[in-house]
Amino acid sequence: MNRFAFTNCDTLDQALSALTPGAELKAGGTDVLDRMKERISAPEKLVNIRNIQALRGIDESSTGLRIGPLMTLGEIAEHPAIQKNYTALANAAAHAATPQIRNMGTIGGNLVQRPRCWYFRSADYDCRRKGGETCYAQIGDNEYHAIFHNSICAIVHPSSTAVPLMALGGSLDVASSDGKRTIPLETFFLLPEQNWTRENILRPGEIITAINVPKPASTARSAYQKWAEREGTDWAIADAGVVLDMDGDTCRKAAIVVGAAAPAPLRMHEAEVMLAGKPITEETARAAGKAAMVKASPLTHNAYKIPMFEVAIYRTILLTAGKMGPDPSAVGGRA
Amino acid sequence: MLMKFVDDSKENVPKRSESLIVGIKGDDMHQAQVQIPTEEPPPLPENDRLKAIGKRATRWDGNLKVSGSGKYTADIRLPGMLYAQMVDATVPHAKVVSIDTTEAEKMPGVKAVHVVEHVLGNAQLRDPKQELPSKYPIVRYAGQPVAAVAAVSPQLARAAALKVKVKYAPLPFVVDRDDARKHDAPLVYPGPADQAGTAGGGGGPKNVPQVGNVHGPAEHKVGYIDEGFSDAAEVVEARYITQVQTHSALETHGVVADWKPDVLTVYASTQGTSTVRDELAYVFSLPKNKVRVITEYMGGGFGAKFGAGNFGVVATHLSKKAGAPVWLMLDRQQEHLSVGNRPDSDQSLKIGAKKDGTLSAIQLVSYGTAGCGTGAGCSGPAINMYKCPNVHTQEYDVFINGGPAASFRAPGHPQGCFALEQSIDELAEKLGMDPLDFRDKNDEFEPRRVERRIGRAKFGWDQRRKAGSDPGPVKRGMGVAQAVWYRIIHMDSAAEVRVHQDGSVELMSGVQDIGGGIKTVLAQVVAEEFGLTPKDISIRIGDTQYPSGPPSGGSCTTASITPAARNAAYQAKLAFLRSVAPALNVSSDDLVLQDGHVRSKSDSSKSWTFKRAAAKMRTSEIAARADRVPDYKNVGRRLNYGGVHFIEISVDTEMGHIHVERALAVQDCGRPMNPLHLESQINGGVLQGISYALYENRILDKQKGLMVNPNFDFYKVIGAQETPKIEIHVIENYLGLSSTDAGGIGEPSTMATAAAIANAFYNATGVRMRRTPMTPAAVLETLGKVRSVTA
Repeated sequence: MNRFAFTNCDTLDQALSALTPGAELKAGGTDVLDRMKERISAPEKLVNIRNIQALRGIDESSTGLRIGPLMTLGEIAEHPAIQKNYTALANAAAHAATPQIRNMGTIGGNLVQRPRCWYFRSADYDCRRKGGETCYAQIGDNEYHAIFHNSICAIVHPSSTAVPLMALGGSLDVASSDGKRTIPLETFFLLPEQNWTRENILRPGEIITAINVPKPASTARSAYQKWAEREGTDWAIADAGVVLDMDGDTCRKAAIVVGAAAPAPLRMHEAEVMLAGKPITEETARAAGKAAMVKASPLTHNAYKIPMFEVAIYRTILLTAGKMGPDPSAVGGRA
Repeated sequence: MLMKFVDDSKENVPKRSESLIVGIKGDDMHQAQVQIPTEEPPPLPENDRLKAIGKRATRWDGNLKVSGSGKYTADIRLPGMLYAQMVDATVPHAKVVSIDTTEAEKMPGVKAVHVVEHVLGNAQLRDPKQELPSKYPIVRYAGQPVAAVAAVSPQLARAAALKVKVKYAPLPFVVDRDDARKHDAPLVYPGPADQAGTAGGGGGPKNVPQVGNVHGPAEHKVGYIDEGFSDAAEVVEARYITQVQTHSALETHGVVADWKPDVLTVYASTQGTSTVRDELAYVFSLPKNKVRVITEYMGGGFGAKFGAGNFGVVATHLSKKAGAPVWLMLDRQQEHLSVGNRPDSDQSLKIGAKKDGTLSAIQLVSYGTAGCGTGAGCSGPAINMYKCPNVHTQEYDVFINGGPAASFRAPGHPQGCFALEQSIDELAEKLGMDPLDFRDKNDEFEPRRVERRIGRAKFGWDQRRKAGSDPGPVKRGMGVAQAVWYRIIHMDSAAEVRVHQDGSVELMSGVQDIGGGIKTVLAQVVAEEFGLTPKDISIRIGDTQYPSGPPSGGSCTTASITPAARNAAYQAKLAFLRSVAPALNVSSDDLVLQDGHVRSKSDSSKSWTFKRAAAKMRTSEIAARADRVPDYKNVGRRLNYGGVHFIEISVDTEMGHIHVERALAVQDCGRPMNPLHLESQINGGVLQGISYALYENRILDKQKGLMVNPNFDFYKVIGAQETPKIEIHVIENYLGLSSTDAGGIGEPSTMATAAAIANAFYNATGVRMRRTPMTPAAVLETLGKVRSVTA
């Protein structure tokens, strides 16, 4: 780990002025400290925003949810209103990482954490995302890597909460010393085709100040499930976030997002159109799962993810519609 | 392995005749007449008739461990202590051109720098002249120790290690077992090479042929294999692939070395205080009485912690140079890379049986990589589990540019069982026999026969359905597999028991408690002899200043040290009774120690508390030391260990997910000394077996030759949420071989698990799972659910 300055901030303004070039934000610290220890990152200064009270809080109103970016994953998972009306988000927060990480890691940090690709995380690989020439996952050990948008850089986006937030139509308020703006999550994340060294469009000096989720229609339900090699603590190899707006038995509108399939959370439009205007049945749900994977382009060792995602989407659609229980094979599914 | 089989027929010691119990309780237990050395204590009766031995005594140092007051090696702090950091090779194969330490040495707070002159653990060329001379050891794997620095803080040591400039002349490398077997593969060694093995084992066969990177075969032949197959009515033949597993003990390797002119003291996380002492004495040309090794608390080793290790030698050099104690613990990455692993395997196994179900032939050809070491053989189960007249095994080691293997909890056997026990199941099915009946027919080992019988009833085996019975996507199935291990006794096992005038009793031995709980068992043994409780006895172990203790490998600890402890306690007790008898006005022959009292056998009114009687001792201390005597003459029992695991799983055939629903382990280990500790060890064995079967996998990247998952994030070890209900049944299998008749359990409790899961997988799905780890990727591919990809 490099030597670095440490600036404690109590207000957003202090943080914005401290966030000079070469500095990096530290909230829960579960990602940035790890990167520094692994010598992937060497910021000259850490701007500690963990104690900024204004960046905490969960407000539920008639128009939606406003979450302070410093709320921990544990706090979000246990929040009754989120569990009730934004179920997919509560599910995703509840099954991310370990209890210890969930108690430290914040939702803001969860959205902007750097990828977990083992080539990216090793100082011995000067991979493309770190400014090098090569994506080592292309012909290397790519069993956990992307099956979409993977020809330039094959990371999968590591954030579980990004999946339901995108499916629920969430947006981010961000601030910098130049002003404020609001970014829909749908346009927040970057694919390698757009930029292969960054995962999102946050500019240097910008801080997330709120996560907004519009209130779902009273006829909408949502769910998120994640599958991994282990049943408890593990990274997703497949996941799905689903929001269904129902008109009786018929699906009025569906939003389906997957996370561990691509370098950014992806809307599965092909699957969504398969459901629109149709009843949710085993048959339509399976067809949606299949449709979602038609354009998948697996690498040498991750084609197994295609059948997994097909089933992940189908089972999560049925869970959302109340036609199947939580999947025992999913992470935390037996809890 | 510590294969010291002892034949007592040559020992010319006076003997007496004794009747002792032999056989399996509830089966064939009976009394047998045996000649035992005159000095031996009277044989123990069965466990039901004992007060301390065989009881569920809680862990002697449990409170100290859970409260954090027990000091592990990493917790040791000595005055003026420095912290060391290794500098490891960053490339998999290279000649080191130069090592520049000047910048590191100039850093304030850096007190010593050491460049590694000789690397322990790697194989060595039979003819060193086949390689051009090199000033520094050739780098054979990424992570190989190159140098080290000692500084006043760990942070400074890490920073200084990064300032050591190593210039490499890279050599072509190979990190994949199959690639390394190709005729044009880069050579890990330019000629035949052998691994010496560490103090506790490891290493493969010497003097076998070597072509390219392929070292072997080591062969074992019994009977005529071709005839065996022509006699067979049914034959099964299949290929099995298992992965490399790292030991992943919670406590990493490490030492605190304190070089002083009069004595070198080393606190070590080791399975062998004596073997570390011997190796350091050898490396530093010190007499053994100038080296002291201490292991008071130890956080697991699984076979990889016997010798001093490169880190131990380096820390000692640094301490000598700096004139200060040096703390050196490896980090998790170094642990995965450089201090051992379980070799992988590629096994082609062919077995055949006659129409009546008797095995007629077993043929195994195995290739496995122990990295830049040897010892990947896995034919133990094929040779030793079943009665078969025709057996032919050929084991090949394949060198790759990976860290050398080390002995790992039943070396070779989980791999071997994985193949053999699946083939046995497959053959049983072909013959139309139940897998347990087929084993009954071919397995002569009495304990396993009893274990199968117990397991069949306890597990509900007869409810097992035809393979692939469940119509839905989630399918349940049951499987069974069994283990074979060997009675290994280490004769360098001694203990001293002291009784003090205040009535306190202590035992001392160099033996170390690697987690199995030998401290508690020793307290039980002494307590039994003195009529006290285990908590009354102080246990001081893990220090070479005490009488020599055995290295804890091969599941030998309890079997080796407890007879010495009992004999020392027995001799101390006799001396104690002789000492106090006159003051009590009773003949010492008339005294017994019972329930914390000294009592007269002839006059029940004469009774003193142990403490009151001890006050009558004529000296302040009575001590007796005893060494392990050879095992008594075998009364005709088979001296192996068995163990049968029953597993039920469910397979989600759409997601490729395997969930272990429940496990039953039926085990034997001679006389069970402490059922509570045995259950802990067996729980650990089953969990390590599940972890091996489903999750763990060392992955080396072919592009740079580096391990991509040297952490616990992507090197996946079983956790609490994957832990199934584990039921355990330990049989009492009396062998009549020593004054405690104890055996071992560490290894027999882990080797059958993966095979049992694989057999359960077949029963669930009707498809054979012939590779580990059985990840969703592997399961979906095996079930034909993955479309092939053209890269």
